[in-house]
Amino acid sequence: MARINLEHIRHAYGAKPKSESDYALKEVHHEWNDGGAYALLGPSGCGKTTLLNIISGLINPSEGRILFDGTDVTHLTTQQRNIAQVFQFPVIYDTMTVYDNLAFPLRNRRVPETEVDRRVKEILEMTGLVSWAKKTARGLTADQKQKISLGRGLVRSDVSAILFDEPLTVIDPEMKWVLRSQIKRLHKQFGFTMVYVTHDQTEALTFADKVVVMYDGQIVQIGTPAELFERPRHTFVGYFIGSPGMNVLPAEIAGSTASIGDQRIALDFRPEVKAGTKTELGIRPEFISLGREGMPVAVTKVEDIGRHKVVRARFADRPISIIVDEDGEIPAEPRVTFDPKAINIYADSWRVGGEA
Amino acid sequence: MEKTWNNKAWFMVLPVLVLVAFSAVIPLMTVVNYSVQDTFGNNEFFWAGTDWFLDVLESDRFWDALTRNLIFSAIILSIEIPLGIIIALNMPKKGIGVPICLVLMALPLLIPWNVVGTIWQVFGRVDIGLLGRTLASLGINYNYVQNPFDAWVTLIVMDVWHWTSLVVLLCYAGLVSIPDAYYQAAKIDGASRWSVFRYIQLPKMKRVLLIAFLLRFMDSFMIYTEPFVVTGGGPGNSTTFLSIDLVKTAIGQFDLGPAAALSIIYFLIILLLSWIFYTVMTTSDAQG
Repeated sequence: MARINLEHIRHAYGAKPKSESDYALKEVHHEWNDGGAYALLGPSGCGKTTLLNIISGLINPSEGRILFDGTDVTHLTTQQRNIAQVFQFPVIYDTMTVYDNLAFPLRNRRVPETEVDRRVKEILEMTGLVSWAKKTARGLTADQKQKISLGRGLVRSDVSAILFDEPLTVIDPEMKWVLRSQIKRLHKQFGFTMVYVTHDQTEALTFADKVVVMYDGQIVQIGTPAELFERPRHTFVGYFIGSPGMNVLPAEIAGSTASIGDQRIALDFRPEVKAGTKTELGIRPEFISLGREGMPVAVTKVEDIGRHKVVRARFADRPISIIVDEDGEIPAEPRVTFDPKAINIYADSWRVGGEA
Repeated sequence: MEKTWNNKAWFMVLPVLVLVAFSAVIPLMTVVNYSVQDTFGNNEFFWAGTDWFLDVLESDRFWDALTRNLIFSAIILSIEIPLGIIIALNMPKKGIGVPICLVLMALPLLIPWNVVGTIWQVFGRVDIGLLGRTLASLGINYNYVQNPFDAWVTLIVMDVWHWTSLVVLLCYAGLVSIPDAYYQAAKIDGASRWSVFRYIQLPKMKRVLLIAFLLRFMDSFMIYTEPFVVTGGGPGNSTTFLSIDLVKTAIGQFDLGPAAALSIIYFLIILLLSWIFYTVMTTSDAQG
């Protein structure tokens, strides 16, 4: 177990990065607490895997330092860092039996055979592969193979951290749930530092204490699921988290009033907006109420998705989404009001605070 | 669903049938025809039954040549396969080195057999050859024309030079198909260099190695041109392989019957051994 510090890490895959856009990973400076469960969330190609591989030592960063418990490990190998990592696609040693596959990381580290046996049996139990233990790994299905990969990551009890790179992509939804809760249980039991890369927001939000949202090679927000939901620091976080994502509407800000088209919306704070920036108002579909009061909208489509309905509408000539209860009615001349507490103001895509 | 019977489809395979008939079936049948008859010319044939086969199988000449073939194949396989693997493992995986290495590796494969033979024949000559003269000036008594051991060494080195590339290229193709994640996982698991080879690279190369092994076995077992050009089967009979013996019998002595019988036996041996190797290697693959 270890506290992991990333100090001004930047990485470019090309040899001589010239401009900012040559970097796959723009400056990352962050501390991962010992025993924390983190999710790295972001779209494909945003640098999640690069960051993960830098932590595990599979990639040497172009710039910056990595510290484990205060010791510089930037130039240490993966093995010396004592990291476990599980990859997106199953990696198995297909000439070995399932048992030997799981024992492999331990035997390589010359763990006594009795201890190997104890640990491997535990993992076999956990992944439900007991009856396959003596079979060669070759004939297994994709999700069984991935369980082996996962098991090899979890079998070592003394690791500094366990890194997961979208490990459940190839697993059935039902099994995903089971495995996820097992990983969570192990995390509670052993308290290892855990970093979990995913592009699935549900997975990230249910799994982690802290979610790190990445976008275009940089960390845009680190927070609890609730913070990400209520106060997205960047419009990207707003779009990316939530289903449907946050409505982001171009708005003129004057004092504590925002104007969208002809509509004026009173804010309960004064955003500090510099002149010449692009200002936007963000509001989640959950915090818009549809009724007979407020500002006019034109409903274009209603999607019934079970527990609630998603209303697609045009507001001041902009598309917005509104979430309405399953039995909520949609009036003939619909109007909307925004919950003032749930309004966020963005200047050049970054959230701005302000005095109340 | 009702199946339509349309015998016209058979006409589609006719061209291939004709081609195969002329290239393989008819010549083979001619050989079979010769092998069971005796002729004194004038197109007169007499039934000989299995006499030629028994003659061949009872001759020392045949068994000696067969032994030479087996030893030669065993030696070149035990050199070329491990050497090919080692070279393939050390070839660059990316960058400018890749095309350079691939071209260098492919060069020997592009040279015709008899040219390879000529190159080594000249290269090894004691009077004018670079290799022969260098060795002589170093005080090493090397002469492939007189010394059977030297003749064998020359042929083996030549074959290794000519064909190891094939093994390298096949192994390399197997190696580059291994996803990076495997190597990364091995690093995470703390695998040694040997374990990476044993549990990742070797299993992934198994199929191509099987092909390399079979190709090299068949080719080396049928070797003709190079020893014919370099040593002509000598000194004495020391490098007379089955193929050379066959040509001597058929064209040198014009004994068509025994030559035909020998051809068929030769063909059956290669077929049998290849089948055995293939079966053994694929079953171990299925179990492994």
